[in-house]
Amino acid sequence: MSQKILPLHPLEKRVLIAGYGEDNSWTIQHYEKNYKGYEAAKKAVSMPADDIIKTVKDSGLRGLGGAGFPTGMKWGFIPKNSSKPVYLVCNADEGEPGTFKDRQIMEHCPHRLIEGMIAAAVAIGSKTGYIYVRGELRLAIKRLEDAINEAYAKNYLGQNIFGSGKAFDLTVHPGAGAYICGEETGLIESLEGDRGQPRLKPPFPAISGAFGGPTIVNNVATLAHVPGILLNGAEWFIKMGNGTNRGAGTAVWCVSGDVQKPGFFEVPVGTKLSTMLNEICGGPLTGRKFKACFPGGSSSPLLKAEEFDVPMDFDTLAAKGTMMGSCAIIVVDDSRSIPEVCMRTARFYAHESCGQCVPCREGTKWTYKMLRRVCSGQGTKSDLKNVQSACDNMAGKTICVLSDACAMPVTSMLKKFPEEFEKLLIPESEFTPELPKVSGQLGSVLDAIRARQQS
Amino acid sequence: MATEKKYEFSSEVEKRFQWLLTRYPTKDAVLLPILHLVQDENKWLTPDSIEYVAKRMDLSPARVREVASFYTMFRLNQKGQYVLQVCHNISCYLRGSDGVIEHIKKRLNIKENEITPDGKFSLERVECLASCGTAPVLQVNGWDYHEELTIEKVDRIIDDLLKDKNAYLDYEKRISEGSVA
Ligand SMILES: Cc1cc2nc3c(=O)[nH]c(=O)nc-3n(C[C@H](O)[C@H](O)[C@H](O)COP(=O)(O)O)c2cc1C
Ligand code: SF4
Ligand code: FES
Repeated sequence: MSQKILPLHPLEKRVLIAGYGEDNSWTIQHYEKNYKGYEAAKKAVSMPADDIIKTVKDSGLRGLGGAGFPTGMKWGFIPKNSSKPVYLVCNADEGEPGTFKDRQIMEHCPHRLIEGMIAAAVAIGSKTGYIYVRGELRLAIKRLEDAINEAYAKNYLGQNIFGSGKAFDLTVHPGAGAYICGEETGLIESLEGDRGQPRLKPPFPAISGAFGGPTIVNNVATLAHVPGILLNGAEWFIKMGNGTNRGAGTAVWCVSGDVQKPGFFEVPVGTKLSTMLNEICGGPLTGRKFKACFPGGSSSPLLKAEEFDVPMDFDTLAAKGTMMGSCAIIVVDDSRSIPEVCMRTARFYAHESCGQCVPCREGTKWTYKMLRRVCSGQGTKSDLKNVQSACDNMAGKTICVLSDACAMPVTSMLKKFPEEFEKLLIPESEFTPELPKVSGQLGSVLDAIRARQQS
Repeated sequence: MATEKKYEFSSEVEKRFQWLLTRYPTKDAVLLPILHLVQDENKWLTPDSIEYVAKRMDLSPARVREVASFYTMFRLNQKGQYVLQVCHNISCYLRGSDGVIEHIKKRLNIKENEITPDGKFSLERVECLASCGTAPVLQVNGWDYHEELTIEKVDRIIDDLLKDKNAYLDYEKRISEGSVA
């Protein structure tokens, strides 16, 4: 929410947040009157499920929650005629640092998400859906609950949606503050009323997920794209992006950090990063120069300023060794210290590790601690080596990819800005180990040693 | 010694609880939503409220505590009347959250995770609040957001809260008045 309403840049194309800033954009009346609201859902209830899945596959829609998995293909994994109930869960946990796109959709255009969920539910044969919303986002929760009530009143939700004989019930489920609940199996654990600790896969949620039933977890923005695709066709979606189904449709990018105009901007997938930062966001702050950015949230490896001339789509960014992630660009300029940014990145993951896997629990903690020492001017060469080895030893070796999400950006900063880290190091010979603070006799002995070290 | 009144659902919460039970295939799934409602009503999850929720949920109090303690929004200890939580993640750091934290520490004369002697405020650091475009950000009591902070703005927020003014401001109202951000 809460970005002042600025005139749109010519490159901005609003689909997901169409209507943002208009009076009562969150009401069903406004959505139906101005944005062909619920026409796609009406169409979907009478379409064969396979046709919906095919259209979504053809459109090239990929998940906007972080992993970029092709959405139609994911839906296709749901077993046909499952004897257990199928669940559709919307991931609205919005926890990736730098990301604030989903709340714009939920707070200002909640009906687009609800409509997308109805169509998705028909496609996968689900009668029950949940929107797992980050607990702090009270306005989003309220707007969604009001919108759901409006949809029930019109029989767009309930036991006989659009008079089709099909049923779909939808409930908002509040999270309670834990980044790891954004990971889809952690989210399912949390939805079931447990601690949000990720599950070992397989089985994948599409086979056995929430309450033991086949489950699809999709991000808010992914689901909110479905109405447009069903109404206007796959071709429309492909053309809107860079014209290939590698980069179809639009995405809401969140820009934060060191730029003139931070905020959220919906533009076609494939728009260049440099265009976004210089033209739409007004360039660097006065007197400063861009140094680097995270292009897809704090889990994505950094790009240096000289690499900004790149189209932002899943495959191109992957080829550059980074990712589109959650569409969150965090910009760092030349007045900043990369080691400081790196330390804060690691601190986040150390705080959010759920602690189930030793490589992640210990690796994120030690990465943070060693980086903290380096930043305080007390680190040595071996600290840097240990950071790298902690990262190498956790990525890919754990239940979920939170450990990779820590290792990837940290490794990229060590690799792309080695001189900034080395500048802070002291020779091994000058290293003084940090002595623990304890009370009693041992404490006074340690105090004496500390005093000697300092003199 | 006066015995404190034991916690029970208010009729509002009871109604909501009964409705929640119809929304999920298992009873356990109601735990997070109901803990939110109890905490809203009771300010924090007191031991007697946990015991009561456990009884209503057919769980042991230890189990309720085990789940609740996983989540940072649930308060298992009493805190200040207004908990000021400042985001210290990357985007907020880049936009000056360190200065905000230092200022609040000085102004309230407390350290992080402490409560002011009058019980009015506590100060905490939190991770990204999904408002990075309007950084730096702080939230009061877990969900009332204040964005694009400056030192003056922080002082105004504290001044208001000292008089219990503008606490839990109606979000919709704040947005329609254009005073958010
Ligand atoms: C640690 C971690 C945190 C995540 N947080 C989120 C999140 O906040 N929101 C989200 O949509 N996806 C998040 N994801 C990705 C989900 O696991 C999942 O891939 C996504 O919800 C799938 O939806 P999509 O296919 O529509 O992208 C996270 C993944 C990991 C490993
Ligand atoms: S990798 Fe980390 S966050 Fe993921 S399950 Fe293991 S310990 Fe938990
Ligand atoms: S970094 Fe502070 S709100 Fe995201």
